[in-house]
Amino acid sequence: MELHETCHDGIKIVTVPEARIDAAAAIRFKDAMRAATADGPDHVVLDLSNVDFVDSSGLGAIVAAMKQMGQGRRLDLAGMTPDVAKVFRLTRMDTVFVIHDRADGAARRDAG
Amino acid sequence: MARHGVMRAERRGAAGDGNTTRAHAAPGPDRRMNAGFHLNAKADEMSVRSLLSDTRARLRAHGLTETACSTVEIVLAEALNNIVEHAYTGSDAGEIGLHAGLGAASLTCTLSDQGAALPAPHLPAGRLPDMGAGADALPEGGFGWFLIRSLTRDVRYAREGDTNRLTLCFDLPDPEDGYR
Repeated sequence: MELHETCHDGIKIVTVPEARIDAAAAIRFKDAMRAATADGPDHVVLDLSNVDFVDSSGLGAIVAAMKQMGQGRRLDLAGMTPDVAKVFRLTRMDTVFVIHDRADGAARRDAG
Repeated sequence: MARHGVMRAERRGAAGDGNTTRAHAAPGPDRRMNAGFHLNAKADEMSVRSLLSDTRARLRAHGLTETACSTVEIVLAEALNNIVEHAYTGSDAGEIGLHAGLGAASLTCTLSDQGAALPAPHLPAGRLPDMGAGADALPEGGFGWFLIRSLTRDVRYAREGDTNRLTLCFDLPDPEDGYR
């Protein structure tokens, strides 16, 4: 999976361009996240605004992406669409991540 | 579609049953009581994607809200992933059948496959996995049955000959969470 990466004020924003992080995409997503977060800022925001649907495989892959970044680093989420927010809410994973309405908002707030 | 309903009701009115209020009984764009549809797919991840998207389009056309459509898609995704990963594991991808039956305030989806039977006599309870202590211990799986149980009224499983039949029942009572 090709992820888009930009840096703003010491925060890396990683954008998922695909509409689904599901069983068919979970491993590709996790591998791409490992590459995208291997170096660079300790604070990463995952922009999910293009993602319409996440199943339990995709949820697990997002958790794995956070864990594989290592201690002292931070993965926030941004731009959750309704179906994605529902899966995070039901599984209480919305209590584990800092969730921003928009990825650029996350960068602005932390910089300011 | 709505025009057909009105025409039928008008005919009934003309026949002299006097109950013309029935002409207004169909508020949704294509609301059908006791309607249904059947879809088939190969048991692989990409075919499951298409099956989910086709199912959602059909449910939307039958007047389900986006909230209800998302509930059904989340549950079906987990159940279908289980069939691909566990029922047909290691063998050539078989077929999955999906039958959806729409009632006035409910939806019943039945998934059938010819893969391996579920190993346990009882379906998993679907408890939320332990969140663990600290980020390193967070679970990366085990959410599937939790999501299925959380979003359905009832789940039934039967092994009939060489066929697995999983029946998933949804309540669609609230306009916010059911029909448009």
